[in-house]
Amino acid sequence: MSLKDILSPFGVWKRAAQKPWTIKKPTKDRPGAENYRGFHKNDFEKCIGCGTCEDICQNAAIDLMPVDKVDTDMGDSGLRPLLDYGRCCWCALCVDVCPTGSLTMSNEYTWISDEAEDFRFIPGADETKWQNESRGYKRSENMQLIDYDRVEMSELEPENRDKTFIEIVKGYNKEQAMKEAERCLECGICVAQCPAHMDIPEYIAAIREDDIENAFRILYETNPLPEICGRICTHNCETACALHNNGESIAIRWLKRYIADQIPPEKYKEVLGTKHLADPKINKKVAIIGAGPAGLSAAYYLAILGYEIKIFEALPNAGGMTRYGIPKYRLPYDQIDKDINYIKSLGVKVQFNTRIGEDISLEKLHNDYDAVFAGTGLHLSRSTNIPGSDNKRVYFATNLLREVTLGNEIDVAEKIVVVGGGNVAMDITRTLARLQNKKYGKVQITATSLETEDIMPADREEVVEAREEKAIIDPGWGPKEVEIENGKIKGLHVVKCTSVFDDEGRFNPKFDKNQKKYFEADMVVEAIGQGMDLSYLSEEIKTGLKFGPRGRIQVNEKFQSDLKWLFVGGDIIQGPDVISGIANGHIAAKGINKYLL
Amino acid sequence: MSKISESKYKNFKADREKFPKMENGKPVIDLDSHKFTKIWQGPQHPGVTGNMSMEITLNGDEIVDAKTHVGYLHRGFEKLLERRKYIQGFTIVCRICVPEPDTNEYCYSAAVEELSGIEIPEKAKWIRTLNLEMSRIASFLMWIGGQAGSLGMGIIGQWTVSMRDFWLDLFEEISGGRIYHMYIIPGGVRKDLPKGFKDRARNLVTKTRKLLSDVERTFFNNSIIKSRLKGLGIITPEMVDEYGIVGPNARGSGKEYDVRQNTPYLKYNELDLNMLTATGGDAYTRAELRYQEMHQSLDLITQILDKIPEDGDIQAKIPNVINWKIPAGQTYIKAESTRGEHGFYVVSDGSKFPRRVFNRGASYTHAISVLEKLAVNTSISDLAGLMVSLHTCPPEIER
Repeated sequence: MSLKDILSPFGVWKRAAQKPWTIKKPTKDRPGAENYRGFHKNDFEKCIGCGTCEDICQNAAIDLMPVDKVDTDMGDSGLRPLLDYGRCCWCALCVDVCPTGSLTMSNEYTWISDEAEDFRFIPGADETKWQNESRGYKRSENMQLIDYDRVEMSELEPENRDKTFIEIVKGYNKEQAMKEAERCLECGICVAQCPAHMDIPEYIAAIREDDIENAFRILYETNPLPEICGRICTHNCETACALHNNGESIAIRWLKRYIADQIPPEKYKEVLGTKHLADPKINKKVAIIGAGPAGLSAAYYLAILGYEIKIFEALPNAGGMTRYGIPKYRLPYDQIDKDINYIKSLGVKVQFNTRIGEDISLEKLHNDYDAVFAGTGLHLSRSTNIPGSDNKRVYFATNLLREVTLGNEIDVAEKIVVVGGGNVAMDITRTLARLQNKKYGKVQITATSLETEDIMPADREEVVEAREEKAIIDPGWGPKEVEIENGKIKGLHVVKCTSVFDDEGRFNPKFDKNQKKYFEADMVVEAIGQGMDLSYLSEEIKTGLKFGPRGRIQVNEKFQSDLKWLFVGGDIIQGPDVISGIANGHIAAKGINKYLL
Repeated sequence: MSKISESKYKNFKADREKFPKMENGKPVIDLDSHKFTKIWQGPQHPGVTGNMSMEITLNGDEIVDAKTHVGYLHRGFEKLLERRKYIQGFTIVCRICVPEPDTNEYCYSAAVEELSGIEIPEKAKWIRTLNLEMSRIASFLMWIGGQAGSLGMGIIGQWTVSMRDFWLDLFEEISGGRIYHMYIIPGGVRKDLPKGFKDRARNLVTKTRKLLSDVERTFFNNSIIKSRLKGLGIITPEMVDEYGIVGPNARGSGKEYDVRQNTPYLKYNELDLNMLTATGGDAYTRAELRYQEMHQSLDLITQILDKIPEDGDIQAKIPNVINWKIPAGQTYIKAESTRGEHGFYVVSDGSKFPRRVFNRGASYTHAISVLEKLAVNTSISDLAGLMVSLHTCPPEIER
C-alpha cells in the first residue's frame, strides 16, 4: 500500500470539469446509422407477394395479407407482408432473402402508440413517418442468400446440330437437377401462373428429396403429357418465377423433363397406380375429336375415371401440333410416343386418318357417344395477302412443318425469306436452315417480323439458337410485296414497321414507307399465325352454338358449349399453347364427368 | 504494460478446523442451531451478474456453504436451433451472451461452414477477426464497470459503459444493430465496412486508451480496491485443470491457454499477439490481466485495421438458404471470448435442420463449480466482487 494508491483515485474529480458524453435532455433525436435495422419499408411496385420473407422469419412475425391497392396479377400474388412487431427481432433476414429487393428497413427506431394493434402493420400500405427515409438496412449487393444463377443446360454445339434433327437440349443429370431444384423458394407464384396449375414447388421438392416416383405422380395429377411439356412448354411459370426479378428463374421446364425422363415406359402403370384401369368401369362413351394436347388430356382424365374413350384424328399419328408443328430437334417423336402410348395403354382408342365432317359427321358422333370433346386446333394458316403471295413458292410454315413430320420431301430453295416472328417462324426457319445446309452446304435464310427484337413473340433462346445456326433474324419490317419475274420469286420488299399495336393494345401496325429493305429470295414462307377450321360443324349444329370474338365457340367454365353434349377446348378456345390445351382438356374431362353422372 | 503484481496466496482467515463440522467434505449445517443464516443472493440483486442466484449459508458474515442456482434465464436456445433452418440460427445464437454476442455468431457460422465445406473469403475473415476483437473490448469495458461497481465504486462503470456505447456505435455502423449485431452469418459477413470506418475506429482506440489510463489510475492504483481484491478468490494452478477453468481466470493462475494462440482461427496467426499470463491467481491479478487484455485487444484492432484488404468479397457463395441441407457430420468450433474458450458443437444429420447444437460457455464451469468452491470462507460482502472477478455470464450456463 503506497501513498500513490491513496491519492491516485481522487483523479476522478478531473472529469467533473469535462464535457459529459451524455446529457439529461437531448434536444434532437440521434438518427440511426446508415445501415440501421429499424422499422420495415416495402416497395409495392417491386414486391410480388412471394412470401419468402414469411418463410424465412424464424419468429413467425410476418404474415402475407391481401391489400386494398394491390390486385393479383401475372407473377404477383396480390398479397403483401404484414409485420408483427410483438414478434419481430429485427434480424433483417427477411430483407436479405427478399428476391425482388422490395423489402428494406429504415433507420427509424422510435414509434410510440398506445394502441397495441398499431404495431401489426403492412409496410407500404400503412402511412408511416419513415416510408420515405432513404437510410436504413438494405441487402448488400455482394451478399446473396438465394441462388440467382441457373444450372447451365448442356446442349449440342451449333456445328454439331446445324445439319441434323437430333434433339438439341441434352437434359439435366441427377446432380444438376438436384442443384437446380435447390434454388426454388417454394413461393408458388408459378402455380397460379401455370394454366394447368401444376404443383410445381411440390414436384421440385420431390426432386430435392430424390423421390422421382412421387414427383412423377405429382406431374400426372395435372398434366398427362410431361415429356412433351418438359421440352416445349411455353413456361409461363418461369416468367412468373420470383427469382426472375433479380436473376435467372428456376428451369421448371427442364426439371419436369428430368422427372419424366427418369421413369421408363414400362414402369408408368406401376408408379401411377393405374394397373387396374384396363377395362372401363363406367358404361358411357366419350368421343374426342383431335389427338392433340387438349384431346389427349381430356382422354387421359376421362379414362382414369373409367369412361370408354375413342379419339378421332385426321392425321396418321397422334400429338397434334406438338408432332406436326414442332420440329424433331426440339421435341423428338419417340418422346411424344412415350406420353401417348401410356394414354393408349389405359384403354383409349385412337382412330387415325379420320376427319370428322368428312369421313364421319359430328351428328353421328353425337348419336353414337354420350358426349363429344372437340380439340381440333389451329391448322389453317393465315396469309399476308401481299402482292405476289399467291406464287406457288410462297408457302405456309405449318404446311411445310407437317410435310417434314410426315416424311415427305419439301421444296427447299437456295435463298429463303420467312415472314413471322413467333415460335412457328423460328421452327420453320431452323428446319429449313438444316435442310439448306444438307442440300447446299450453306445456309441462306432470313426471318423477318413486324415486331422488333425486344417484343418478338418467339422465345429468346429460339432467336439466339437460330442465329447460332447461321440463320439471319432481321426483325422490325413489314412485308410489302413479293417481287416476281417470269413467275419466279426474286425477293421480298419490306418497309420499316414503327409500331405493331395501337394505344389500346390492338394489332394495328404502322409503317414508315421511306425506310425500305429488300431481301433476295427464291422462296417465301409465311408464318404469321394460324386460324381454326370449324368446317366439321354443320349448319344445324352451328345454330345451336354461340360464337364469341374471333369466331371462337362460346363455352362455360367447364368448356361446355351451348349444346350440352359438346365440349370444346384447346387452341380453338384458348392459347395457342400446349399447356392451356392440357388444362382445358383436364377441366373439360371434369365437366364431362359431371354432365354424364 | 505494467507488470502484473504477484500476490501471495492469502486466504480469508477463518478457522474451519473445529466449526462447522465437516462430513465427506461438506459442512454439517443445522439451521435449528441458530448458528447459521441461509440467504439468497439473487436472482434480483445488484451484486449478481445476470440472472442467477447464490444460495449461501452464513455464519456471521462468513460464507460456510454456497450453491449456485440457475434457471431464471432459460430460453432453450439449443432446442430452438433444432427447429430452425441453418441460416436462421445466427439470429438466435447471439442471444446466448448479451455483452459479447459475436463469439457465438462466429462459432456457429464457422461450424456450419465447416460442415458444409465452405471457405469464406479473405476479407470476410479479416472483418470477422475485427468484429471479435471489438466485441472483446466492448465486453471487457462492461466487465470492469461491474468489477468496480461490485465493490462500491460506481464511477468506473459510468465511464466504461459509456465508452462501450461508442464501440456499440461502431457496431451499429457495420451491422445495423447495437446489442445483437447478427452480422457474422454462415458464408461470411453481411455488410462491408462503411466509408471512413477505419478512421473512426482508430480514433476510438485512442479515446479508449486514454480512458483506460484514467481507469488504471483510479481503479488499479487504489488502496481500497487492492485491499478488497487481493487475496480474494484464489484459483490455484491445480484447480485450473481440475475444474476446466479457461480464459483470464486460468491465465491469471499461470496457465498458458488462449484459443487465439493455441489453435489460431480466422486471422490470428497473422497478428502479433503475446500470451498474457500471471501467477497471482486472485481477483486482483485477474483484473489486472483483463486490463492488459483490453490493451491487447486495442492493439490487435489497430493491427487488423491496417491489414483489412480494401477490396474483396465479404461472402462465399452459399446455396439457397431456404433449402440448405448440410451433409451429415459433426464439428466443434471454439474461439476465445472474454471469459475464455467458447465453443459450439454442431451435429448435422443431413437435413435442413441441425440435429444438435451445443454451446460450451466458460461460465458453466466458472459460475457453478468454481464459484461454489471459492465462495466458501469469504465474507458475504466480497461475494459480488468474487462473482464479477470470475466474469460469469449466466445465459451461457442455461442455453
